[in-house]
Amino acid sequence: MIRVLALLLALAGPAFGAVGDPALQLPDAAQEERARGIGRELRCLVCQNQSIEDSDADLARDLRRIVREQVSAGRSDAEVVGFVHRRYGDFVLLRPRFSAATALLWATPAVALLAGGLRRRAPRRRPAASAASVPGALTEAERARLARLEGGAGGDRAA
Amino acid sequence: MIPELGHFALALALALSCAQAAFGLVGPWRGMPRLMAATPPLAAGALLATAVAFGCLMWSFGVNDTSVQNVAQNSHSAKPMLYKLTATWGSHEGSMVLWVLILALCGGAVAGFGRDLPSALKARVLAVLGLVGVGFFAFILGTSNPFDRLWPPPPDGQGLNPVLQDPGLAFHPPLLYLGYVGCAVTFAFAVAALIEGRVDAAWGRWVRPWALAAWSFLTLGIALGSWWAYYELGWGGYWFWDPVENASLLPWLAGCALLHSAVVVEKREALKTWTVFLALLAFGLSLLGTFLVRSGVLNSVHSFASDPTRGVFILALLMLYVGGGFALFAWRAAAMTPAGVFAPLSREGGLVLNNLLLCSIAAVVLAGTLYPMFADLLLGQKISVGPPFFNTALLPLAVPLIGAMAVGAVLPWKRARLFPALQRLWWAALGGFAALLLCLALEGARIGPALGFAAGVWVVLGALADVSDRLALFSRPRAALARALALPRSAWGGAVAHAGMGVLILGLAGMGLATDRLALLKPGESAELAGYTWRLDGLESAQGPNFTARRANVTVLDGGRPVVALAPEKRSFPVGRATTTEAAIHTTVLSDLYAVLGDERDGAAVLRLHHNPLAPWIWIGAAIMALGGALSLSDRRVRVAAPAPKAARGGEARA
Amino acid sequence: MSRRALLVLPALAAGGAGLGFFAMLRGMGTGGYDPRGVPSALLGKAPPEFQLPPLEGAGLPGLALSDLRAPGRPVLVNFFASWCVPCVIEHPQLMRLSRDGVPVFGVGYKDQPADSRRFLERHGNPYARLGVDLPGRAAIDWGLYGVPETYLIDRGGIIRWRWAGPMTEDTLRAELVPLLRRHA
Repeated sequence: MIRVLALLLALAGPAFGAVGDPALQLPDAAQEERARGIGRELRCLVCQNQSIEDSDADLARDLRRIVREQVSAGRSDAEVVGFVHRRYGDFVLLRPRFSAATALLWATPAVALLAGGLRRRAPRRRPAASAASVPGALTEAERARLARLEGGAGGDRAA
Repeated sequence: MIPELGHFALALALALSCAQAAFGLVGPWRGMPRLMAATPPLAAGALLATAVAFGCLMWSFGVNDTSVQNVAQNSHSAKPMLYKLTATWGSHEGSMVLWVLILALCGGAVAGFGRDLPSALKARVLAVLGLVGVGFFAFILGTSNPFDRLWPPPPDGQGLNPVLQDPGLAFHPPLLYLGYVGCAVTFAFAVAALIEGRVDAAWGRWVRPWALAAWSFLTLGIALGSWWAYYELGWGGYWFWDPVENASLLPWLAGCALLHSAVVVEKREALKTWTVFLALLAFGLSLLGTFLVRSGVLNSVHSFASDPTRGVFILALLMLYVGGGFALFAWRAAAMTPAGVFAPLSREGGLVLNNLLLCSIAAVVLAGTLYPMFADLLLGQKISVGPPFFNTALLPLAVPLIGAMAVGAVLPWKRARLFPALQRLWWAALGGFAALLLCLALEGARIGPALGFAAGVWVVLGALADVSDRLALFSRPRAALARALALPRSAWGGAVAHAGMGVLILGLAGMGLATDRLALLKPGESAELAGYTWRLDGLESAQGPNFTARRANVTVLDGGRPVVALAPEKRSFPVGRATTTEAAIHTTVLSDLYAVLGDERDGAAVLRLHHNPLAPWIWIGAAIMALGGALSLSDRRVRVAAPAPKAARGGEARA
Repeated sequence: MSRRALLVLPALAAGGAGLGFFAMLRGMGTGGYDPRGVPSALLGKAPPEFQLPPLEGAGLPGLALSDLRAPGRPVLVNFFASWCVPCVIEHPQLMRLSRDGVPVFGVGYKDQPADSRRFLERHGNPYARLGVDLPGRAAIDWGLYGVPETYLIDRGGIIRWRWAGPMTEDTLRAELVPLLRRHA
C-alpha cells in the first residue's frame, strides 16, 4: 500500500516532480556534479523525505542555489554542508553525523553481525559435542528418518 | 441498503472469526475433534462474509454512492470506471477491508488446500488466523468503518488523488497486501508449532510454500511500487529509503531469510528455533509497517491522516500478536532441540550465513527507520536518516551476501570443502572480473558501477553454474536434457530467483551510469545527451477524461536518424486541483530514454532528459525473482505436502 | 548469555518498542512528541548577521542584527508574507501582542512591497520595525523553513523560542506569555 497512500498526502505539498531550472545549473559539469552530490546529502525541510535535489519546493530551490553559489566560489563539500547545517541543525543532514546520539545507529551493522555470529555459535556446539554422528554424508539411519518424516511422520516426536 | 449489507457482513465475519479462533484453540487442547472439524467451514464462512463486505464497498464506489462517506471523500463521478473500483482500497478504511479480505482468503486457502495437515495443527493455524482476523475486524468496525453514511449526500465526491489514477499503482496495494498477509500464515504456523512444542521436517515443508508465496508477492508488490515511482514521479529515482518503503522492505528481508532457513528445517531439522523466530518476525515487521503508516508517529508526508485512537488500537493489536508471539516463543522455544548436525562449511552453513547477513541488513533498515523516532522520544534530538546512510551502512553487508550467494548454492549438505565448490564457480568469477575490467575500460574510473556489474555477472553466472552442474551439462551433455526434466522445480526456482537477483544488481549498476540534463528548448531546438539528439518539435494542449494536459513532442535522433518520438505531459486535474508529470519513456532492452516536461516560459519549455542504462533490468530482475518463487511453489513435492492421511489420523488421535 | 535469556530477548525488545510507540502516541496527543516539528538550530544563540531594507511607504524602519543585540527586553521577530494564508490567521495575535506593548519586528518573506503594504493596510500593522527579504536569503540564515515563523529574542539578544506555523490564542496563552514573563 504504503507508497500509494504515500502519495495521497505527498501531493498536498507543492513539491512534486521537480524538473528544475536550467538557469540554476553550473556551467562547469564537474562542479555541477559536486553540487548535486552535496544536494543529495541535504534534506528538504518542507517535503520532509526528499533531498533538496529531488524537490521542487521553494526552499529547496533556494538551498540548491546556495549550494551552487558556494561550490562555484570554491568551498569544499564539508564547508557547504556545514553552512546549511549551522542554520538548520542535524535534521537537515540525510547522513547523520557520528555522535554519542547516533553511535548506536552507525554501529548497527557491526552489532547485528556480531550478535548473530555469537548466537550462531552457541547452539551448534552443543549437538556437535553430544551427537554421536560425525559430520559427513547422510547416514543410512538419517536417510530412513528423513524418508519417514517426509512420508508422514506423525508419530515421531522430533525432540 | 447495500452499504448496510456490507457493514452487517463485516460484523458477521467478526463473529465467525471469533468462533474460528475459539474452536481452533479449544478443540486440540481439549481433544474435541468436532470442534477442530468445525474450523475449516468457519474459515470458509468468514471468507464469504468478508468477500460480500468487500463487494458491497466496491459496488458503492462503482455507482459513486456519495451518501457513503468513504466514497464521497475518495471518488468522483468523472473518474474512469477502473479507478472508481480501485479507489475501493485507495483510502485507509477501504485498504483495511482489502487487508482482511486477503487474510480471510488465506484462511480459506489453509482450510481448503491443507487437507494433508494434521487436523490439530490445521485447527490451531486457523485459530491463529482467526485471532488475527478478530483484531482487524474489530479495528475496522470500531475505528475505521468504511460504510459510514453521510447525510445529506454531497452532489459529487472529492476525487481520488490523481497520482493514484494509474494502473501500476492501482494494483500495487493488493500485491503488497498478499505479501504482508501471507506472512500471517507463516506466523500462524509458527504459533501453532510453539503451542504444540514441535517443529520437524514436515512443518518446514508446510511453511515453505506460504513463505514462498508471501515473498513472491512482496517482491512483485515492492517492484511495482518502485517501477511506478520511476515512471510517475518523474525524476528517474526508483528507491528513496523512505520510511514507508522501508516498512515494505523489512518483511521482505525477513521473509527471504525465512524462505532459506525453512529449507534447512525441511531437509536437515536444524535451525528450528531460528526459523520459528523468523516466521514471527516477518509478520511482526508487516504489522509494524501497518502501524507506522497508519498511526502518524512517522515523520513522513506519506502516511495516512493520523488519528490517535487508530494508532493506539493498531499498537494494541501489534503488541497482542507480536508481543504475544514472542512471549510464547520465550516460553516454549527452548523445547525445540536441533536434530541435524552440520559443519560450518556446508549448504546449511551457507544458509546460516545468508540468514545472518539478511537479518543484519534488516536490522540496519529497521534501525535507520526507527532511530529518528526514538532519538526524538528518548534524547529529544531531531535527526534524519536518509539514503546516504543506508547506502553506506548496507554496502559492507550486501557485498558478502552477494559473494556468498553463488557459493552457497553449490555447496553440498552437511559438510563441504571450499575448493571443489570454488572450482565449479571459476568461470563465474572470471566473468565477473571481465565485467569489472570492461566497465572500467569503457566508462573510466567509475568503480561503484564497475563493482556492481561484476557482482551482477557473478551472481547470474553462479546460478548458471549451479544449474549446469546439477545437469552435468559439460561432463555428460547427452544426458543433460533428461536430467533437466528430472531436476525438481524447486531447484530450478532457486537458481532462477538467484539469477533474477543478479539481473536486478546489473540494473542497479547500470543506473549508476545514468546521465541526465536540463534543457530550456524552443520548438525546433535540440539538446544532446548520451549520444542522442533530443529535438523539441512542438508544444500542445490536450484533453483527458478528467484532466487537461500540456504535451511536448520530442523526437530523439541518433546520428540524424529518428529513434523514437516522446511525448511527456504535465497534467492538471481540476478536481482536487493537482498536477502530475507524466514522463515519456522509451524502453529498449539496454536502456531507457526518459523525458520530463517542466515549466514553460516565453514559448520555451524546460525539459529534463535522462539516459538510464539497464533501468528496466531492475524490475525485470524482480519479476524473475518472483518467477523463481512461483517455480519453486509449483514443485510437486511442495504442493503434495506430507504426511499421508493415515499418519495424520494418528496425530489426531494423539492430540 | 544463556539460551533461555536469548529466547526472552525478542519479547523484551518488542515490549520496549511497544512502550516507546505508546509514549509517542501519548505525546502526539499532549504535544510532547511531534513527528513533524523541527527545532530551530539557533535556539540559545544570537541571531545571524543580516540587514534588511525597510518597506517603502510604510514609514517603518528596516531590520538588522544591530536592532536585536541586547534589546533590553524580549522582542519578537515574525516572518510573514501576504500570500500566506496562515499568516492571516496569525495576524490578530500579533496585533494583540503589539497592543500589549511587546515589540514585534516583522520580515516580509519573498513578498512584493506593494503586496505587503496592502496586507498591512487591510489587517493592521503590528510591527515596530519591518525588513523586506525579497530573495529570502536572510530567512535561510535564520533557518526558516516556511511562513509564518516567529522567534523570541530575550533581553540579552539570545533566541529563546521559535514557533513555526501560525500562533493561535492557545499558543500565546500556553507558550509565549509565560516565556515573555520569564524573560522580561
